Amino acid sequence: MAIVDRNVTPPRPDSTPAHSEIAPRSAASGNTSRVRQIMSQIPGPLIGLIVIVVALSFLSPYFLTPRNLLNILSQVSAVGVMSVGALLIILLGGIDLSVGSVLALSSMSMAAMYKMAGWPFEVALVAGLLVGALVGLINGILTAYGKLQPFIATLATMSAAAGLALFITNGNPITGFPDWFVAITATSLLGIPIEGVILVAIFAIAAFWLKFRPSGRALYAIGGNEEVARLSGLPVRRAKILVYTIAGILAAVAGLLVTSRLDSAQPTAGAADLLNVIAVVVIGGASLAGGSGSLLGTFVGLLIIGVLNNGMSLLNVSANLQPVVIGAVIAAAVLTDRKSSRRHT
Amino acid sequence: MTVVQTLAQTTYDGQADGDSAGLICTGLSKSYWGIPVLKGVDITLRPGSVVGLIGENGAGKSTTSSIIAGIVEANGGSMTIDGVPYEPARPSDALKNGVALIHQEIRMVPELSVAENIFIGRLPRRRGLIDRNRINDEAREYLELVGSQTDPRRPVAGLSIAAQQEIEIARALSREPKYIIFDEPSASLGQSETQHVFAQIAALRQRGVGIVYISHRLEEIKEVADTIVCLRDGALVGNWPANGITKDEMVKAMVGRDFVFSHRAPKPATDEIALSVTGLSKAGVFEGIDFDVRRGEIFGFAGLVGAGRTEVVRTIAGADQADAGKISVRGKVVYIKNPRSGIDAGIAMVPEDRKGQGLNLDRTGAENITLPWEKGLSSAGIITKKKVTATANKLRDFLDIRGRLDIPVGSLSGGNQQKVLLAKWLVNEPKVLILDEPTRGVDVGAKMTIYETIRALAETGVGVIVVSSELEEVLGLSHRVLVMSGGRQRAILDRAEATPEAVMALALSNVPREAPLESPIDGEEEFRTPIRMQEN
Repeated sequence: MAIVDRNVTPPRPDSTPAHSEIAPRSAASGNTSRVRQIMSQIPGPLIGLIVIVVALSFLSPYFLTPRNLLNILSQVSAVGVMSVGALLIILLGGIDLSVGSVLALSSMSMAAMYKMAGWPFEVALVAGLLVGALVGLINGILTAYGKLQPFIATLATMSAAAGLALFITNGNPITGFPDWFVAITATSLLGIPIEGVILVAIFAIAAFWLKFRPSGRALYAIGGNEEVARLSGLPVRRAKILVYTIAGILAAVAGLLVTSRLDSAQPTAGAADLLNVIAVVVIGGASLAGGSGSLLGTFVGLLIIGVLNNGMSLLNVSANLQPVVIGAVIAAAVLTDRKSSRRHT
Repeated sequence: MTVVQTLAQTTYDGQADGDSAGLICTGLSKSYWGIPVLKGVDITLRPGSVVGLIGENGAGKSTTSSIIAGIVEANGGSMTIDGVPYEPARPSDALKNGVALIHQEIRMVPELSVAENIFIGRLPRRRGLIDRNRINDEAREYLELVGSQTDPRRPVAGLSIAAQQEIEIARALSREPKYIIFDEPSASLGQSETQHVFAQIAALRQRGVGIVYISHRLEEIKEVADTIVCLRDGALVGNWPANGITKDEMVKAMVGRDFVFSHRAPKPATDEIALSVTGLSKAGVFEGIDFDVRRGEIFGFAGLVGAGRTEVVRTIAGADQADAGKISVRGKVVYIKNPRSGIDAGIAMVPEDRKGQGLNLDRTGAENITLPWEKGLSSAGIITKKKVTATANKLRDFLDIRGRLDIPVGSLSGGNQQKVLLAKWLVNEPKVLILDEPTRGVDVGAKMTIYETIRALAETGVGVIVVSSELEEVLGLSHRVLVMSGGRQRAILDRAEATPEAVMALALSNVPREAPLESPIDGEEEFRTPIRMQEN
């Protein structure tokens, strides 16, 4: 109880005449700041999402139907899975440009091992995930040990992975996968598409890790100030390598989802996803400087992008204009982000 | 009316007799996070006078100067210049009204020339290009005004802190200000450079400029100011003519209590060895470091900045790697290859650079405190906020941290930040505690708590190493003192032998002529003159 009291009263309880005069005023301003604090707990992006959903449900009768909402969840699943990895990297103060290329490369590798090398499909699938992990590991090693700036390191792997994905079949897609694999993205579990379940599960596991596991919380410390984290005994390099590898695996998972949905591995799949992934994380309130952001925010950011794209299609907005709207939303989201007005001395 | 009364009225209580000449602040107040940091402060600054502003860290000095200079807006109160309302919304408003602030931390663009730095933001152009001849000529004039010989055409990068301070003053002068606020200009200067700044202040006063001078060094303030204003907890608690107040009275007003700062002799250490270092070397940085710290002992490291003290203790803690040498903790040889292995061996280090190496200013105090210990504090691999808060609150009481631990630690005062940093390394009791400049940028009250904590920890059997540039601090606390110069250990002195003269003589011995090992970025070229509380 004593501790709670100390939290709300202004510091320095040693009372002087000057203090007692000032006390009522300071107590009042303490209360208003409490209200402001509670208000600031509501993530800004969530308010934006609610506004967009309400607006769209008036504009289109089809928007607010269960079927359409589940459809949105399916549409965003691949970008969503990648945005989890992107958030983890951005928390560390890094960036991963290679996600889209890794998606294509792991999908093509899996398909090539299955169709061209004749491996059992299950083995090829695991190998596809390992390819994603390998590229992520290379990203991690280049940034953690090679001291390359993440932008440069992942620019290099982005280029290399995109090239390899095309090289495997000389640019041709590979089609024809087992039925059960294609069924992943065509089946529902208790009414919810399986890819949506996978997406939510990945978000939940990662959010738990970030909030409750010391190694997850360490990402905030490393992104906030790497030297402080290092002197506090946190394994900075190991954390970087781990996170880039996780992001690589998640890009490969997204590749599997896309392959399953299309029943085809495309060497240029995912090329347009990079900017969407970064947009999702940024709209979700994460700072590219590192150290701040949350998966809840990212999930809201993902829904904003998904709902907007879906709504604009329902309203027959030209596909060429849709990116313009997304661009405006990115700018608006960051401008209204209350965290950017933080002060320190 | 006597002369003294007249003086007091013209310098302080100007409004009473309706005299509105000068910069007059009335009832300035400001609060952050709902916590009032400034509570109705009145300051009157007459043309051609110097007001000394004193107070502990967190007393509101910087907030006051930021409000006057238009960097932050006050929540309440008003300001007038020569009777005209003065409401600066941004620093450029202040400059337009003739109010300039000289920052505590020098802010220069290293790659630009001296002249460009002076005229940055208002570079004169000729045919669309920067008129270099004009800025160089004008910059030279202002530099001469402050007695600087620096070539205005050279880049700022590579200039000494003292030379940069001169440029900073020249930059302020180039705005032809009527009022200048010096925010702790001497914090990064040595004795002779400080005297140089004083000469400039005297010259400015002659020209009718009104000056606010903020400093922690009370001797200095008495020397330079006409009147002295003291803040405590954001409120005005004193306003005296500078020649009518003693240092003891100022200290008393600052801390709000009778304050006797005495370095009592520490309790004797045990015979058990806490830390043993043999032949520790790092090529080009330091070599041949040999010493033992016993349990219960406070072991001081003295020497000039650049002597290699920080590098030695960083190596012991695992922040840097040694080339040779052996370290053992409580008789057991340990191999320290990174900070984690140092921590695991029971060696904790509070680094000198609080913002860059010690604390994550955007995170809460509680999160900072538990950062190195989260694995140990978690159960089944899960750590909760409750656990973090509980751990932090225990230490808050032990260290008398005043301020909330659930807000970003950057919004606490310097003294409280330092206590949070100390708390971080006391979550698990260390076997060896290394403190590098433990009271840098910390006010007198917080200093006392930190000293008491250091003694209390030593008495529980911790081996404590204190590195400090304040001679009085390192000599007052320590059982024994190791003196370094030029990357080498010169001597280990007992408490009785370690007089300031003896230590200084050793510290100055064999100092190499080449560039110092530590970068002089933090600007100390000699021992800082501490506030000596013991006199009288």
